[in-house]
Parts: sequence; structure tokens; C-alpha cells
Amino acid sequence: MVEKSIEEINRRIKEGSVNVVTAEEMVGIVGELGAKEAAKEVDVVTTGTFGAMCSSGAWLNFGHPEPPMKMNKVFLNGVEAYSGVAAVDAFIGAGQLSETEGFDYGGAHVIEDLIRGKSIDLHATSYGTDCYPRKTLDTTLNIYDLNQAIMINPRNGYQKYNVATNGINRTIYTYMGSLLPNYGNVTYSGAGVLSPLSNDPDYQTIGVGTPIFLGGTKGHIIGEGTQHSPETNFGTLMLRGDLKDMSADYIRAANFHEYGTSLYVGMGIPIPILNEQLAQSTAVTDKDVVTNVLDYGVPSRDRPVLRKVNYEELRSGSIEINGKDTPTSSMSSFKKSREIAGELKKWVAAGEFFVNTPSQRLPAKATCKPMRQTTRNPLVQDIMAKDVVVIDENATFHEAAKMIMENTFSHLPVVSEDGKLAGIVTAWDISKAVAETGCNYVKDIMTKRVLTSNATDPIDIAARNLDMKEVSAMPVIDKDRYVIGIITSNDISKLFARRR
Amino acid sequence: MMIKINISSNVIGEPILAESMIETKTALNISQAHFDSTYGEIIAEVETDDFKSIREALESKGAKVTVLDHPIVRDEEECVECGACISVCPGHVFSFDEEWGIAQDIEKCIQCGTCIKMCPHHALSLEK
Repeated sequence: MVEKSIEEINRRIKEGSVNVVTAEEMVGIVGELGAKEAAKEVDVVTTGTFGAMCSSGAWLNFGHPEPPMKMNKVFLNGVEAYSGVAAVDAFIGAGQLSETEGFDYGGAHVIEDLIRGKSIDLHATSYGTDCYPRKTLDTTLNIYDLNQAIMINPRNGYQKYNVATNGINRTIYTYMGSLLPNYGNVTYSGAGVLSPLSNDPDYQTIGVGTPIFLGGTKGHIIGEGTQHSPETNFGTLMLRGDLKDMSADYIRAANFHEYGTSLYVGMGIPIPILNEQLAQSTAVTDKDVVTNVLDYGVPSRDRPVLRKVNYEELRSGSIEINGKDTPTSSMSSFKKSREIAGELKKWVAAGEFFVNTPSQRLPAKATCKPMRQTTRNPLVQDIMAKDVVVIDENATFHEAAKMIMENTFSHLPVVSEDGKLAGIVTAWDISKAVAETGCNYVKDIMTKRVLTSNATDPIDIAARNLDMKEVSAMPVIDKDRYVIGIITSNDISKLFARRR
Repeated sequence: MMIKINISSNVIGEPILAESMIETKTALNISQAHFDSTYGEIIAEVETDDFKSIREALESKGAKVTVLDHPIVRDEEECVECGACISVCPGHVFSFDEEWGIAQDIEKCIQCGTCIKMCPHHALSLEK
């Protein structure tokens, strides 16, 4: 049994005799020497990751203005920062979007601009009190003007992440990037072999107070992250670091088209090799880290798992989905992850960075629960009109006009001879038929590509579809394409009006 | 050759693209299109011989035509070499090199602009 103490390793770091390698190098060392010898040889293994970590932000303290003010609403370059704490503290979150620039600029950009030393416009408002009389404030400041600028990331360093693809027939834009129609591509995130938590999955050395590389400077782990789910191998970390010492080489704002902003965070953790078990766990390879490919085309929390996949397959450039070779894109940078593990290795080797024993272990038993919802989500079947009138495709447009006049619907689903949905006609289509010659039958004037809905779809999904396709009604069909109802944007508006 | 056609809000409701194609008997091979109520942007391929006439037709109807004679440009300062662009490019312009940096074969670029939307760091552009 090889047993080493933290003190012993730190003494070697101090003396300059420490043997520190990256998690990539450790794979070969353990392969060659075995875990026991490797545990004797190697003192510290460094890891690294660089990817989108939306759950990031920074606490800023601006100092007190004269006359003083209890900032109630705070905007930094037009991006709202949360200030529901003491007078001049605010938390700028990476995903908050600019009030004026929307998707183009967000909290992540404010953070990067602060790190780059750029000037930031601060706008604040308040209700005014006896002790804090001031009501509005506008000023321009930079990171050096702040008392504190402390990065606090509630959830970073995911052990691994879900892989995304898209089974529907249009491109969707997600926090995993553009996903092409019909499983046209696959995107993934995570550093595999270099992933910090995958190298110490039992949290033997990674815990509260562990010193880490964060954004180019030294930071700390302050506990498990939100949604920490070690039982499903989706552990996360909460991190702290001084923004004033960070570098834009390792902290980068990002924009995901039609999704929003996020922050790319460079993070690395040194793992002291105290025993054989740690030598073995730090020899983890891309092949050992297995995750799920999910269909993001399904707009639900419970997305279907298409297959399991490991990082070696993902990094090969393509994986098979439904028998088709599908190209993969990494959303995180392996090159940067390597750079971080390398940088951390240099710090340890130079005697500038020490390891420690966590002051508290991270929970090893926990899973991430879904939300408890006390009100039932309305479904299409709850508000659709069930007494829907349909028309045969061989009817004349006169008959269609008559039917529209006699009923209150302005949309008529059209059915073929077998009774299944074939199209839709509106009053507008009929006017067009009257104006043009040669169109006598409903089948000549109907819209054939009909947007439809299922009875069990949540209203929010139906509303988004109506909105995106700019139509005002959708026939509701069963699995055999028989029309069982119709849902209109009017029905949805009424539902929301009732709620208020 | 590849062109970009911008249609501003004051003429967005009019079928100027179709009219221009019919008028000049020119086929535009559209590779990307974006339309909403405020603007339209189309990237299309056109035969070099037809370019002059279609540009005149489009511009006379209020569109702006730009020649895309420069393939995709990657800003190496902004790029973090994640590889997001790799899987969306129909021309297979991007790939990883041996060091996991981004290698690019610009000859293959069809200037469709798909990678521009994909890039999380605004590192790719078609304009010079």
C-alpha cells in the first residue's frame, strides 16, 4: 500500500522535487508502471477544462457614493445586476441579457470587459431612505475602482455533460449550439481525460477549500455546485476567485445564437496522489467517460436518450446516430483545457501552488430532483375546441364559404376521403379563390403543409409553434391523423387573460 | 459567385426577389435566408455573367447587394478553438489539427454563413 501525506507532497513542492504531471500524461504513466508504482512516482496530477459555464457570475462592491444610496436596481452597460443585498453590492450573472442589445451583450460580456480593464457604465435607481437619500446614480468605472470583484460560480466543472442532437426537421438553436435538422450533427462539452471531477470521482481530494486554477489565477472550491448529482456521475462544483487577478485568456464571454449569453471559464484542479486508488482514478481516459446522447428536438425536461457514447468516440469527429455517420462539434476547447492543466503543472513545479486537505468532503450521495409543481400545466386538450367542423377536400369553395359563415371558426381543417387531415382553408383562401379563376375545389385552395398539434402537448409548446410559424390556428390530430379538435392563438390568449 | 442581398423594412413585404429573378431570367441559388418583419438577408450564388443584371434589378427595387468575394475569416484573438464550427459546415472547411487547434481549408468555403451563427465567440465573419 502506498500512502503519502499532503504535508509530504507540499514539502516536495517547496523543495522543488515534486513530480507533477497532467492527467493526460498520467494515463501513459499508469499504463506503463501500474497504479502502485505510479502512486510512488507521481505526487500531483493536474486537470483542466474550458467551456461554457452559464452558472457563473461576480459579486461587485462599488463603494459608497455621496450622498449615499441603497441601490435597488443596478445596470452595468445596460445589463441588470442583482442588488437585493446591502447598499452597494451587486451580483452580475453571466446569462443576464442587456436591456438594449439583447442577445448580443450580456452579463458575461460585462465580466470579460471588467477583466480587460474596460470602463463600464453604471446606472442605479433607488426609493431613497433617511440613511440612503439618493434616488438615481450614473457613473463610469472600471475593475480597479471597485473594492471587490469576486467571481462566484454556483455550478461549474460538470463531471461530464449530455451530448446534444436534434431529431426534428428544422435547425434548433440551443445552449449546445446550432443543432441541424434530422440528426444532422452532434455537439458535446467536457474535457474527458482532463475533466477535473472525472479524475477524482469519489471526491477523495477535491472538497471544500481545495485550491484551484480559475480564470488564470488561484481560486478555491467553496462546496458542491447546485444540481450536484454524484449518484448519476454528474457532480458539480461551486467556485470562488478574484476577478481582479483573472485574465481574458481564460474567461471569455460567449453568445449562443437565439439562446443567450454564457461565460467560458477556464478551470483546473490539482489532484494530490495520496494512494494507488487516486493514481488509478487519475488514469481515466476519454474512453472511460461515458455519457448520453439526447434528442434536444424534444422540448421536454425528459429528453429521449438515443444512445450512450464515450469521449473518445465524440472526439473522433463523428458518431453513429440511427445508422448514420454524424459529425460532432466540441463546444468546449480541448486545446485550452490542455493549456490550463499545463499552466497549473508549471505553478506546482515552480513551488507557487500547494495542495491541501479539504476542510469538508463533498456530498457523495445526492441526485438532482425535478421541480415540484403545484399547478398542473395546461395541455392542448384542456382548451382546444372539440366540436371542430371539417370539410371534405372535394367540396367546392362555395361550400367551404357557407360552412365558415355558419360556424364560428375561421379555419376549416380539410380531410381526404379516408377522413384524415389533408390541409386547412381559411376565409382568406376562399377570398383568393373568388378573385382567381380555375380554383373550384377546396383541395385547390387549401394549404397542404399544415402545422398540427397533439392533444397532450403542453400549451406553452403549442403557443411557441403558433408564434414561430406565424399562424393563428392548428388542427389537433390523433396518431392516425384524424382531426379531434382545433386550437387557436385566441384560445391561448384567453387562457392567459384568465390567469391574470 | 456568392452575393449577399439585404432587404430593409420598408420593402420587406414586397416580392422583390422573385420579381428580379423573373425580370432578368436569372436563377439565384439561395444557400441561406433570414426574414422577419424588420429585415431580410439572403446569401445566394449567381452566375458571374448574370450578376450585373440581377444586381441592377434588385437595387432598383430597394435591396442592397454585396459581393461576397472573401471566404470566411476567423479572428484568432476571439477564437478559443472549441470546434463548434466543425459539425455545422456543409463544406467541411474546419477540422482539428494534431494539437486540437482549428485547421481550416478555406478553398472549400461556400460562404453560406452557417458557422457564423454557431460560433459562440463571434470569431467568424464573411465581411472583410
